[in-house]
Amino acid sequence: MAVEHSTGTSAPAPGDQTRIHNIGYRSYDGPRLGRAYARRSLYSQSLRGSYGLGRSVKSKVLPMLLFVVMCVPAAIMVAVAVFTKANALPVDYTRYAIIMQAVISLYVASQAPQSVSRDLRFKTVPLYFSRPIETADYVRAKFAALASALFILTAAPLIVLYVGALLAKLDFADQTKGFAQGLVSVALLSLLFAGIGLVIASFTPRRGFGIAAVIAVLTITYGAVSTLQAIADAQGSGDAVPWIGLFSPITIIDGVQSAFLGATSASPSGVGPSTAEGVVYVVVALGLIAASYGLLMRRYKKVGL
Amino acid sequence: MIATESLSKRFPRVTALDRLSVDVGPGVTGLVGANGAGKSTLIKILLGLSPATEGRAEVLGLDVATKGADIRERVGYMPEHDCLPPDVSATEFVVHMARMSGLPPTAARERTADTLRHVGLYEERYRPIGGYSTGMKQRVKLAQALVHDPQLVFLDEPTNGLDPVGRDEMLGLIRRIHTDFGISVLVTSHLLGELERTCDHVVVVDGGKLLRSSSTTDFTQTTTTLAIEVTDTDEHPDGTRAMRDALHARGVSVEDGSGLPGAGHILLLTAQGEETYDLVRDVIADLGLGLVRMEQRRHHISEVFTTSDQHEQRKEAVGHGG
Repeated sequence: MAVEHSTGTSAPAPGDQTRIHNIGYRSYDGPRLGRAYARRSLYSQSLRGSYGLGRSVKSKVLPMLLFVVMCVPAAIMVAVAVFTKANALPVDYTRYAIIMQAVISLYVASQAPQSVSRDLRFKTVPLYFSRPIETADYVRAKFAALASALFILTAAPLIVLYVGALLAKLDFADQTKGFAQGLVSVALLSLLFAGIGLVIASFTPRRGFGIAAVIAVLTITYGAVSTLQAIADAQGSGDAVPWIGLFSPITIIDGVQSAFLGATSASPSGVGPSTAEGVVYVVVALGLIAASYGLLMRRYKKVGL
Repeated sequence: MIATESLSKRFPRVTALDRLSVDVGPGVTGLVGANGAGKSTLIKILLGLSPATEGRAEVLGLDVATKGADIRERVGYMPEHDCLPPDVSATEFVVHMARMSGLPPTAARERTADTLRHVGLYEERYRPIGGYSTGMKQRVKLAQALVHDPQLVFLDEPTNGLDPVGRDEMLGLIRRIHTDFGISVLVTSHLLGELERTCDHVVVVDGGKLLRSSSTTDFTQTTTTLAIEVTDTDEHPDGTRAMRDALHARGVSVEDGSGLPGAGHILLLTAQGEETYDLVRDVIADLGLGLVRMEQRRHHISEVFTTSDQHEQRKEAVGHGG
């Protein structure tokens, strides 16, 4: 009979009755790493959770599928560019996320509620706040985790494009500049979408409502904005087009990148905002991110214990 | 462990705590009060999560108003309500909570395995929590409060929703938290009776005010009632009667436990100290009777708050104790 000082890794196999456990209580004298460590742990747990890692097989399906769907078109484009010996990629780095916005919206809609609604629904939030971490730590960890997950989702296809472009022996300096601009653009997009998604999700403990609400906000605003822009453009009031673009998250990103990141606007007129208008776009984008953070803080001040 | 000084918490419409001053030492302390008496509010203030309207409080010598994070690192909290996600296993959940308390990854896993074993969860700890019984869920909740080896735990209504057996097991576990693990406990309940076996000290609050704070022995041992049962012999066909008469002759007032199970065979008398026990022993020896039992009947805490007469109290005591 083996006497075993049980540790985390040595669980008794079912039916194995021959072990004797040292059942005395052992106190813990090791280090306690405090708030910053707890915040990092919550960040990494949430980030992994956004791709279903450390969760059930079922919850891995959707995020992984969306990740693949996001990358496949980029791989195809690269293959085409390499085999046809084209002298440019079929799509700009900055345009890729705009084309794939439906996938990104679906991802935000499915993962933002996963990240925060569960804690609300199962009332796990008080357990966090009975520990050293505080509201700001929780909000920052969750915000950063979803933004990082979105960045992984949106930057991965750009990496595919970039590597493919280099394999196709396209101009290095040109491609690197485009790639860098694309990364800045998707970073901003990730922060903006994460903020909007989390704010909406944090107001409902019901995951289904959260998913529907996030999809509604992201797609309805885009639908309305692009329709209005098309009408304005057709009626000859093209000046209004950039201003209308301020009312949907994806067109805000489009505006910012066509003003400052060398992108061509995806708006119906194909004309992006001027530099002055572009500044307004940047201010609105950053304002929305800050507002999301503020709203989340207010929300969690209330739901604490 | 805990000290509060005219601690008050007022909400716009209701006063949850009203100038509460109480000192709690190491050991198991019961916080008793009806629903809405201010128990949960007190715990929130002690965790440094909700500022007091006035007064001050210290936990482990740390001021709740300024040292909230330090306090929360050294105490554990088990909430009253459900707080467990159903789709993860107890192990994963408790490991995560251990890391939230600042334990490094390896220590978090080791402590989780230890703690779950101590609260009585074995193979089932790898299954999703959604499939657990209420008793098992309560154990997981307790484990997450203990996993970081705190100096003090707050347990909010830990026996809620448990059947009598589960209740007894939970109370036994709470006792062990102090005796075996060396962790002090503040446990709330709206049931006084539950806390008698478990607690060293009981604090009673009502409407946010302190009603009483004293040790459980004070509550239950102000008078000790002895219950005695003797055998009949050929010499004394009714041993109980002979015993009562003999005690009367020596000036000890005796009641019989009429209306109780075994009525007519049990004698109740008030112990005045060591000499009463000696007296009973001598009387029985003189009469040549056999002593079936002689036991202390502890009063239940609930009696302290009822205004029933002495006789009623004793009847109840025997009823509960037997």
